[in-house]
Amino acid sequence: MKRVYAREEYCVGCKLCEIHCIAAHSKYKNDLIKTFKKDTNPPVSRILVEENKPVSFALQCRHCDDAPCTKACIVGAMQKDPETGIVTNEEDRCVGCWTCILVCPYGAIQRDERGHKVASKCDLCSENGKVPACVEHCPNRALEYGEEPFYLAKGK
Amino acid sequence: MNYVIIGNSAAAIGAVEGIRQVDKTNPIVLISDEPYHTYSRPLISYYLAGKVAEDKMLYRKHDFYEKNKVTTMLGTKVVAVDTGNKEVVLENDEKVPYDKLLIATGSVPFIPPMAGLDKNNVFTFIKMDDIKAIKEVVMVGNKAVIIGAGLIGLKAAEGLTNLGVDVTVVELANRVLPAILDEDAAGIVQAHLEKQGIKFELNTSVEAITGSEKVEGVSLKNGKSYAADIVVVAVGVRPNTEIVKDSQIAVSRGIVINDYCQTSIDDVYAAGDVTEGYDIVYAQQRVLPILPNAYNQGETAGLNMAGKISIFNGGFAMNSIGFFGLPMITAGIIKSEDENYEVLVKSVPEQGYYKKIILKDNVVVGYIYLNKVDRAGIVTSLIKDKINVADFKEVLLKDGFGYIDLPQELRKSRLLRGGIA
Ligand SMILES: Cc1cc2nc3c(=O)[nH]c(=O)nc-3n(C[C@H](O)[C@H](O)[C@H](O)COP(=O)(O)OP(=O)(O)OC[C@H]3O[C@@H](n4cnc5c(N)ncnc54)[C@H](O)[C@@H]3O)c2cc1C
Ligand code: SF4
Ligand code: SF4
Repeated sequence: MKRVYAREEYCVGCKLCEIHCIAAHSKYKNDLIKTFKKDTNPPVSRILVEENKPVSFALQCRHCDDAPCTKACIVGAMQKDPETGIVTNEEDRCVGCWTCILVCPYGAIQRDERGHKVASKCDLCSENGKVPACVEHCPNRALEYGEEPFYLAKGK
Repeated sequence: MNYVIIGNSAAAIGAVEGIRQVDKTNPIVLISDEPYHTYSRPLISYYLAGKVAEDKMLYRKHDFYEKNKVTTMLGTKVVAVDTGNKEVVLENDEKVPYDKLLIATGSVPFIPPMAGLDKNNVFTFIKMDDIKAIKEVVMVGNKAVIIGAGLIGLKAAEGLTNLGVDVTVVELANRVLPAILDEDAAGIVQAHLEKQGIKFELNTSVEAITGSEKVEGVSLKNGKSYAADIVVVAVGVRPNTEIVKDSQIAVSRGIVINDYCQTSIDDVYAAGDVTEGYDIVYAQQRVLPILPNAYNQGETAGLNMAGKISIFNGGFAMNSIGFFGLPMITAGIIKSEDENYEVLVKSVPEQGYYKKIILKDNVVVGYIYLNKVDRAGIVTSLIKDKINVADFKEVLLKDGFGYIDLPQELRKSRLLRGGIA
C-alpha cells in the first residue's frame, strides 16, 4: 500500500505538515485561514514533527500490515480496511480508553479530548481522496507518498 | 472441514477473523452461553453508568456473523468436550461435531469463601447480565461495598459513583490496583478516587456479608463494619476451565497452550482469558486476562486452524485504563523484584504525574505511566522487541520521549517498516 515516508535529511523542522494536517481535519476542511482564525477548538495534529537540532522528521501512523492497534482496541473501533490497508478509527464508537496508545509501537496516536474523548490518528487523508495534505504541502519534499520507501526505490 | 468455536468475545472473534483470512468457505459454528451479539466486555462499566448505550456496545457490527459465514448458537451452554469423538456436548445433551475446535470461554469471577454470599444484591461484575441485574436494583443514594480494588473493582466503583451511589472499596493488599501499580502510583490514584467520594479500606478483607434475605452491610476482618445496599465481589478472575475438566486437555491454572495456541490435544486450540500462554517478560507460562492478548491469541489460533502456520509470542501484562479522567498505562513488571533490576522514576504527585521504567540487563521489562500516557506504546515495543537500551537509557524518562531519542539505526529500520516488515 502507499504510505508516507519521511526523509529526515530533507526535513527543515518547519512543522508546516502539522499545520496542514490540522486544517485538513478541521471543520473548515483544508482552509488554513478559517481553521486558525475561526475554529475556536481546532483538532490536534495527527502528524508529529520530532526534533533534536539539527535532526528533525515527521512521523505519523505507519498503517502497519499487522496493525496492533486494531487488535487491541477494546471496542472494535480501530480498523484496517482490507482493501486499502488504511487504518482508521471509527470515532463515534471510540471510548478514549487509550489501549491503542499502549500498543502502537510508533507513538502515532494522539489523544483528542476536545469533546467526547477519541483516539486521533493519520487517515492518509482518505476522505480527501488524493495525496495526503502533509505531503502536498511540505516545502522541501521531505515527505514522500509511495508504495515503498525512497531508500529502497532508489536502491540505496 | 468444520470449525467450532466456544465463546463469543475477543478471543472468539479474533479466531473468526483469523480463519476467514485463510478460509472463506468452510462452516464455522460459534457457541456461546451469553444470549447477546458479541459485545465489548470492558464497556460494561460504561453501560452501567449510562455512558454507552446497549446498542453501542457491539464489539463487531450487526452483520458480522453473516458476513463471515458464522452460524451462531447464542444462549447455548457447552458442558463438556469429548476429544475422542471430536464433539462438543451441550447442556441439553446434544452434540456438535468438530474438525477443529477453539475453546475461548474466558474468565469467571473468583469468589473467596465468606459468609453471606447467598444474600440478595450480592453481585459479580464481568458480564452484561451482571450489569442488568445491578441496574434493576440500584438507586441514587444507595450504599455499595466493593470487594477488591483491582481493575474490575475500581471500574465498578467508578460506574456506581457516577450513578450517585456512595461507594466503599475493601482491598486485601496495601494499595489499589496492586497488580498494575506500585505503592507511589497507587497512592496518587487512590487520592484521586477519594476526591470523587470513594472510601477505601486497605489491608483487610470481608469476614461476612450481613443482613437477612437482602444485604444490609459487611463486617471486615479489621473489626469495622459498613452498611450496604449492594455488594460487588471483584477480587479477581480465574480461567473458565469447567468444560474441559473431564477431558484429556492439559490444564494448569488455565488451559495450557503453545505459541500456535494449540492445546495438548490435536485439533483443539484455546485462546484468551481461559489459557495459560507464554509470558515473554516473566519467561514462563502465565494467565493474562487482558483483551489484546485474547484477540491476538484468538487470531493466531484461527490462522492455524485454517492451515496457515502462525505464532503469537508477544504476550505480557499490559493495561491502559482511566478513572474519572486520570489515565494510566502500565506493562510488564511494575515493581523491582530484587537487586538485578534497575529502576528509573520521575514523579510529580501534585500533578498526578508519575513515570517509572524498570530495566533488567539494559532491557526494559516494565513501566508505569500516570497521566501523561502519550506515546507509551514506544516503550511497550522496547519490551516486546527486547531492545538493549544501554545507549539511550537516560532519555527514557524524558517528557515527550520519542523516535528522535532512539539511535538512528533503530529509528530508521523501524520507520521503514510497516509495508515491508
Ligand atoms: C469490567 C471489566 C473491564 C475490563 N477492562 C479491560 C480493559 O480496559 N482492558 C483490557 O485489556 N481488558 C479488560 N478487561 C478484560 C477483558 O474483558 C478480557 O480479557 C477479555 O474479554 C477476554 O476475552 P475472552 O474472549 O478470552 O473471554 P471473555 O470475554 O470472558 O468471554 C468468554 C466467552 O465464552 C462464553 N462462554 C463461557 N463459558 C461458556 C460455556 N460453558 N458454553 C458456551 N459459552 C461459554 C461466554 O458467553 C463469552 O462469550 C475487562 C474486564 C471486565 C470484566
Ligand atoms: S496507529 Fe500505530 S499501531 Fe496502528 S497502524 Fe498506525 S502505526 Fe500501526
Ligand atoms: S482509545 Fe478508542 S480506538 Fe483506541 S483502543 Fe480505546 S476505544 Fe479503541
